[in-house]
Amino acid sequence: MSDKEPLFSSRNLKLLRDPMGANNPITVQVLGICSALAVTVKLKPSIVMALSVIAVTAFSNVIISLIRNYIPPRIRIIVQLTVIAAMVILVDQILKAFAYDVSKQLSVFVGLIITNCIIMGRLEAFAMGNRPWPSFLDGIGNGAGYGVILIIVAFFRELLGSGTVYGYPIVEKLGIENFGYVNNGLMILPPMALITVGIIIWIQRGRNEELIDVS
Amino acid sequence: MENLFNIFVKSIFIDNMIFAYFLGMCSYLAVSKTVKTSVGLGIAVIFVLGITVPVNYLIENYLLKEGALSWLGPNFADVNLSFLSFIMFIAVIASMVQLVEMVVEKFSPALYSSLGIFLPLIAVNCAILGGSLFMQERQYNSIAEATSFGLGSGVGWFLAIVGIAAIREKIRYSNVPAPLRGLGITFIITGLMGIAFMSFMGIKL
Repeated sequence: MSDKEPLFSSRNLKLLRDPMGANNPITVQVLGICSALAVTVKLKPSIVMALSVIAVTAFSNVIISLIRNYIPPRIRIIVQLTVIAAMVILVDQILKAFAYDVSKQLSVFVGLIITNCIIMGRLEAFAMGNRPWPSFLDGIGNGAGYGVILIIVAFFRELLGSGTVYGYPIVEKLGIENFGYVNNGLMILPPMALITVGIIIWIQRGRNEELIDVS
Repeated sequence: MENLFNIFVKSIFIDNMIFAYFLGMCSYLAVSKTVKTSVGLGIAVIFVLGITVPVNYLIENYLLKEGALSWLGPNFADVNLSFLSFIMFIAVIASMVQLVEMVVEKFSPALYSSLGIFLPLIAVNCAILGGSLFMQERQYNSIAEATSFGLGSGVGWFLAIVGIAAIREKIRYSNVPAPLRGLGITFIITGLMGIAFMSFMGIKL
């Protein structure tokens, strides 16, 4: 990278944009599904989770990128895990201080950001070989790509399952219940998160033929 | 004894790691292409969960919890190190995985070569850390309970991955819509399996 390259050159913007669509961490790279699905019953915890993951990915990418030339390759996994764990502890403590009820709802899933494969994957694949600023953008992009899927899934599960959007009782206000509309209780249960993601993948691959799995 | 058995069965079927909490999905999706490899990974997960959950239980209760350090002397009685739990747990898991890898390599080279890359990958398997964190949250009373919870979760994960691998081997012969092939259909099948596993929810133990 030349020293004069502007902060938001087209190549850097591509780092930010790609994970949202054609290279989405969840639907294309299949990373980080572990901690993603269980928090998507309601929009609010999903948004908090998405923000936490964006913060952790971005900052651990920057830290690893800063020290990448000093990490002995044999112990890099444990160094990466330590950096991630430290970031997650920070996020967890901040959540407990400022959003206690949400952090209770998220329960163990904040801790599970540590083993979120997106973060490890980005550290291995990107931050170990790039400068801090592109790594930061890459972290933000991938965190956001993850967050977008989380928020889409949560939106549909909350709307169809509980009839609310971000806690606002939209179905009740519209009065569709008078015509015999009933909330689908199945949407709140865990398996529907998987099926919702499956449908998102279906739609995305239907629109973008390049992503179709040939094997 | 009955209590231990209950925890074991509950963590296999009712609180199944995959179908109820989606833990360990990454390797679950990546490795479930053939039954053979998924059996290997499943056994490794049972093994590592069965070791790390009790070890982390001891660490939690004798090092980290509020008042856990009182065995050092009365001055330490109100030290609370629980904010360190993430970093301690992950360190234990990473070192246990390393240890298990070395032991398996020494005593059973055949198993070692068949597990291959999966053993180190277990360190970042969410199911393992999730097991320890659930153990911390549910506050089991004894190390025996924690062990049976760890083993049960491992067996549940094993059942799930072997099941999906068997289905995926068969589904290769069916005519799935092109955009849904591979990942998409796997997600939907897992969802359906999860619905099937939900029928265990009514069981009171």
